[in-house]
Amino acid sequence: AGVLQANDITAFKGVWVFAEQKSGVLGSAVIELLGEGGRLAEALGVELSAVLVGHNVGPMVEALSAYGADRVYIVDNPRLENYNDELYSAVVCDIISRYMPEIFLIASTSIGCSLAPRMASRLGTGLTADCVSLDIDIESRRLIQTRPAFGGNLMASIICPYHRPQMCTIKPRVMKAVSPDYLRRAEVIAPRVVIPGAVNASVIDIIKDAGQRVNLSEADIIVSAGRGMEEPRNLEMIYELAGVLGASVGGSRAIVDAGWLDYRCQIGQTGKTVRPKVYFACGISGAIQHLAGITASKLIVAINSDPDAPIFKVSHLGIVGDVKKIIPAFINEFNKGGGL
Amino acid sequence: MNIIVCVKQVPNPENANFNEKSNTVMREGVKAIINPLDLNAIEEALRLRDKTGGRVTALSMGIPEASQLLKEAVGMGVDEAVLLSDPLFAGADTLATSYTLSKGVQKKGNYHLIICGKQSIDGDTAQVGPSLAEKLGIPHITCVDKIEETGEGFIKCRRIADEGYEIVQMKLPGLITVVKGINEPRLPTLKGIMRSKKAEIPIWNCEDIGADAGQCGFSGSPTKVFKSFVPDRRVDSRIIAGSPEEQAAILLEELKKAL
Ligand SMILES: Cc1cc2nc3c(=O)[nH]c(=O)nc-3n(C[C@H](O)[C@H](O)[C@H](O)COP(=O)(O)OP(=O)(O)OC[C@H]3O[C@@H](n4cnc5c(N)ncnc54)[C@H](O)[C@@H]3O)c2cc1C
Ligand SMILES: Cc1cc2nc3c(=O)[nH]c(=O)nc-3n(C[C@H](O)[C@H](O)[C@H](O)COP(=O)(O)OP(=O)(O)OC[C@H]3O[C@@H](n4cnc5c(N)ncnc54)[C@H](O)[C@@H]3O)c2cc1C
Repeated sequence: AGVLQANDITAFKGVWVFAEQKSGVLGSAVIELLGEGGRLAEALGVELSAVLVGHNVGPMVEALSAYGADRVYIVDNPRLENYNDELYSAVVCDIISRYMPEIFLIASTSIGCSLAPRMASRLGTGLTADCVSLDIDIESRRLIQTRPAFGGNLMASIICPYHRPQMCTIKPRVMKAVSPDYLRRAEVIAPRVVIPGAVNASVIDIIKDAGQRVNLSEADIIVSAGRGMEEPRNLEMIYELAGVLGASVGGSRAIVDAGWLDYRCQIGQTGKTVRPKVYFACGISGAIQHLAGITASKLIVAINSDPDAPIFKVSHLGIVGDVKKIIPAFINEFNKGGGL
Repeated sequence: MNIIVCVKQVPNPENANFNEKSNTVMREGVKAIINPLDLNAIEEALRLRDKTGGRVTALSMGIPEASQLLKEAVGMGVDEAVLLSDPLFAGADTLATSYTLSKGVQKKGNYHLIICGKQSIDGDTAQVGPSLAEKLGIPHITCVDKIEETGEGFIKCRRIADEGYEIVQMKLPGLITVVKGINEPRLPTLKGIMRSKKAEIPIWNCEDIGADAGQCGFSGSPTKVFKSFVPDRRVDSRIIAGSPEEQAAILLEELKKAL
């Protein structure tokens, strides 16, 4: 029950990726999606396409080709300069209805998580959220989409057997990009679409975070603080450690609730999910709701004075001791040794 | 401003039990609670109502027992609550849930704003808000952490984006999803509890809301969970011993290897 659903799902062919861009810069997850999409397309024996919507977006076709797109559907219009839910969902759904891909991948970014459910709702198809792995069942050509639910306590494999496209969102940093080949040239298609006239909601101002605080969900190194830091002024140590490592700062809900740290820095089930290369848990006990946000980290380093703290069950490196002593000792050692 | 708040019943994470042998969630004996972010949604609706007038309605799709939780919402101060419940609604994915909620909203009618939590703590998809807005043909704003302004026919919100905040202006009727940082939900007052005890929670079934049964519940759900399992979280763990200086030195060596 949507604008699209055809009786014959075999009429849908090809793997598509939404090429999110802001001010002419591709979202960092787009090349990861192309890497994964290419793998799925190969398994299915179909082409990989990217959908690029915006204004003056032509120059990004080169990167999309290099990272694996065989075809780029491009809609270039001044009214599409900035992302807008209503305009983008109408435009992308229009192209999907015309060219009928069997799989459509979108990154779970702030834009992607707003766009994808609107599109799936309009198309009347299924949407699997925040997938961490994708597979093709060759015989049925079905996409098997695996995702965490219940705050990461349960993994579910989800299929969308009778509706197309099979849509899913994918967290940044989960899939692998392939190395670029700048000799590849994608075919460019510029479908004519009708852009809706009026919109009912629009961004009227953007407040960029000051300083180098990067997006936690894309950070390589994160230093996180918990109630074991004892006092807000001890967070200085955390900022200093983050400074020398070039890391972003996060925290447990306990210190966000206490007002030591902004809610946007909260990591866990009701905060952000992160997957850095290194995650420092400083004075964090390791409650299940906190673990829900961090278990995909490559290396978890826990510093806690209680040898029985649950965080040590999931940490790769555990240091039993007082954070207030260990962090300064580490910064000292780091500076002495000339960095990493 | 008339506001509809969508409220989902979820298992209490404090005593939910994930069984590694059967790879399922043990729901027996697990107390149900209102999805935590939906408490923030209720709180924000009450604050808006107290500023602008109008009525707040809590709306839930769920099993008959969910009316107990809607009574809690009444205890917090919502003016009325409606439960959408029918065996035909069982097994709904986000598409079928949004469809059913949209029919409930349309039957209720006369609303200016819908407030949802950003995401539930069980299904955890954050898809129902935008999907419901699309079904109703109204605009939406996700991840709202502050309502900046409301006026004749519009609302201005601050939303959390990847690199900071965005200020979004939206015509009403519209839908917003809220994050935890937006407010501190109130506790029910004694008067509220008295009122909730007496409150009648109407139950609307598929026919009452004029829904197409084929678009509800399991049969209206394109996605199917075909397998679930409890992830293996065991890791190779190493404890670094020694004085803080020795521990720091070993940690630095390990980091050099990892990065
Ligand atoms: C529905 C729900 C959702 C939730 N969502 C989240 C979420 O998204 N994120 C989140 O983080 N939590 C969340 N929580 C809260 C969670 O259950 C814990 O309460 C919280 O994570 C605890 O934070 P903490 O580890 O900083 O504090 P505590 O549990 O108090 O732990 C402090 C730790 O510091 C150690 N310590 C003390 N002094 C020192 C010292 N000098 N040196 C070293 N170590 C020291 C202690 O041994 C202890 O282990 C949620 C809870 C619920 C019910
Ligand atoms: C393990 C598992 C994985 C799943 N994965 C998917 C998936 O990938 N895709 C999919 O489409 N479905 C999925 N589902 C089904 C999904 O959980 C249910 O459809 C559910 O009814 C709504 O989705 P949600 O819990 O993710 O809500 P969310 O979209 O996270 O909820 C956001 C807000 O919507 C409102 N809301 C949600 N449900 C209701 C309700 N019943 N009544 C009133 N308000 C409500 C609340 O305000 C809530 O805060 C999954 C279910 C399970 C058990």
